[in-house]
Amino acid sequence: MAEPAAETRPEPICGMNTWMPVPARILSVREENFNTRTYTLHFVDEQIGKMYRFSPGQFNMLYVPGVGEAAISISSDPSRTETLDHTIRLVGSVTRAVERLEPNALVGLRGPFGRGWPLDAMEGKEVVIVAGGIGLAPLRPVVYWLLQNRDHYRRVVLLYGCRTPEDRVFAGELEQWDAGGSIHVLVTVDNATVGWAGPVGVVTSLLRRIKVNAERTIVLVCGPKVLNHVAAWNFLQLHVPPDHVYVSLERNMNCGFGRCGHCQYGAKFMCKDGPVFCFSEVADIFGKEEI
Amino acid sequence: MTTSLKSGSRLYLARPALDDLIQTLRKQGYAVVGPRVVDGAISLQPIESAAQLPKGLSDQQDGGSYRVVEGEPELTFEYVVGPDGPKRYLFPANLRLFEFHVEAGNFVLDVGPPQVPKLAMLGVRPCELAALEVQDRVFGMDDPRMFRCESEPWYTQVRQEALLIAVNCTRPGGTCFCAAWETGPAASKGFDLALTELRDGFLVQVGSKRGAALLDELSVREPTQAELELAQIKLERARDRMGRHLDIAGLEELLDQAIEYPEWDEVANRCLSCGNCTMVCPTCFCCTVTDTTDLSATKAVARTRQWESCFTHQFTYTISGPERNTIRGRYRHWLRHKLCTWWEQFRCSGCVGCGRCITWCPVGIDLTEEVRRLRERSLAHGARGPALRKGEVDHGRASR
Repeated sequence: MAEPAAETRPEPICGMNTWMPVPARILSVREENFNTRTYTLHFVDEQIGKMYRFSPGQFNMLYVPGVGEAAISISSDPSRTETLDHTIRLVGSVTRAVERLEPNALVGLRGPFGRGWPLDAMEGKEVVIVAGGIGLAPLRPVVYWLLQNRDHYRRVVLLYGCRTPEDRVFAGELEQWDAGGSIHVLVTVDNATVGWAGPVGVVTSLLRRIKVNAERTIVLVCGPKVLNHVAAWNFLQLHVPPDHVYVSLERNMNCGFGRCGHCQYGAKFMCKDGPVFCFSEVADIFGKEEI
Repeated sequence: MTTSLKSGSRLYLARPALDDLIQTLRKQGYAVVGPRVVDGAISLQPIESAAQLPKGLSDQQDGGSYRVVEGEPELTFEYVVGPDGPKRYLFPANLRLFEFHVEAGNFVLDVGPPQVPKLAMLGVRPCELAALEVQDRVFGMDDPRMFRCESEPWYTQVRQEALLIAVNCTRPGGTCFCAAWETGPAASKGFDLALTELRDGFLVQVGSKRGAALLDELSVREPTQAELELAQIKLERARDRMGRHLDIAGLEELLDQAIEYPEWDEVANRCLSCGNCTMVCPTCFCCTVTDTTDLSATKAVARTRQWESCFTHQFTYTISGPERNTIRGRYRHWLRHKLCTWWEQFRCSGCVGCGRCITWCPVGIDLTEEVRRLRERSLAHGARGPALRKGEVDHGRASR
């Protein structure tokens, strides 16, 4: 199987110390929906570009000079790291500054940080991917990984939910992946608009449409907090073992390497112990408010 | 000169030689910091001579109250910890990490981190030595791989340079409870020299080669049996007179199970969420790095690391709002971190028993008292507390 594997975590590439971003340029920008864009970046220093590796599910600290940093998961193909996609909802102070940047603008990157999806644990299993809204971004590298190493996995299902059909991110790819036949893609929307003939309802309502073979299924979930909770518990109710359910969570992050304390989730530092957690690791605090 | 002194050797240093000690350190190029009265409190400040030390002064501490008062006129170290300790020098409240500017598609470094000072700290208390050991773990000095990144360079360099002259506590303060953690009142390790104050001088214990070499420069003599015994008695007496007590048995498990206890609501009614406890705590390490720029916003950028408190809203702010929106959640996070989750993170306690969080809390919230209340609740619940045990699967019950 091609590198990288989930357990050998790629080392972060940073400047003179871990707080120094590395310059990168915006190569292209793609509109995903009304407030979300995918920025394709490449490192100014080609050597760094060649060295850089990431695991699906890891994130970078994206830096806008003079403004600040935001933790953004890498949404591109992990086997092609000469450019890196960052799919960004332009709603925060840093990301709104990103919104104003044109192709060729200079930004900074530190990373990759965190622990990604359990590629090893997925091997030989059925994989059910559950994503809500922009939660598909950190799962897109997994989809690429699965497509490239398809023979190592059983059935792969992607359940995707968003508010309206127009809110779908990677809309074209969703159709391609499904049409390719190696991944079963089901999309649902909260509110249908003209022309939508697909399912309507929350993403977990798609569970009725698939068969879950509990013992041999690995579940990957990423979405808003409430989806993470509901989806995880739904799969547990279907008797998927707790150590087969993985969730990617979100917190305020400042450093990316377990130093600043912002992202603590119980005893975990989301930035280095997560953002992907196995349900059984966090079972005692999962779903509890204000942990 | 080779020294015959070994770690653990005990000698007697006459009181006038305290200034010789400071002057010797200064001659050796150390920036000496020691206890001084500044803004009505005794804290570690740059000093030039023994005359600046708080001789004849003591302090009175209780929940929400700190006063410098007159003490025994001959004694120099009769006070206990003030609001500040060595942390401020090793992990400064404000540290400009570097300055850079954007030029031709690159970030060009203009100014690096500040020069690493060569510090000699006089008057470091045993609980503060214990706190330094905790911070060594937090900042990756003990085991840099723990963080999958390099150790914090600035902290590590200052720490390795720093010479520590500890002072054992012969008079515990009103909010002290180091005896519970066995981090005091006598220092057992982590110092170059440790002083125990007697009436006319100090019993000095050698803790390192650097400490031994330093003593060679001073006039010391063998202590008498009476002096050794007096120091011993003073420290034993101090151990028995702690202002506060904490039962640490099963503390980690207690806090682990206490997540839904109603006691958090009660303390949240008193807590102002001011963050004082985190500012005075010798182990708190949370920080935020921010950029400051000139008006062009891209030309010159300074990245500054500042202390941060988990009691602020912005600490956990994401676009969906603050993660810990209530004081209940923030106080619970802080206390559980200190006494419970710290163990999983750094394999040690986040509390060393210095009592600062009690003294400097404006409403006098008392960690030892809060733990006692949680323990009572836990006992009332018996073996089956309301919270889930580690590893137990929740299946959604908790959120309903």
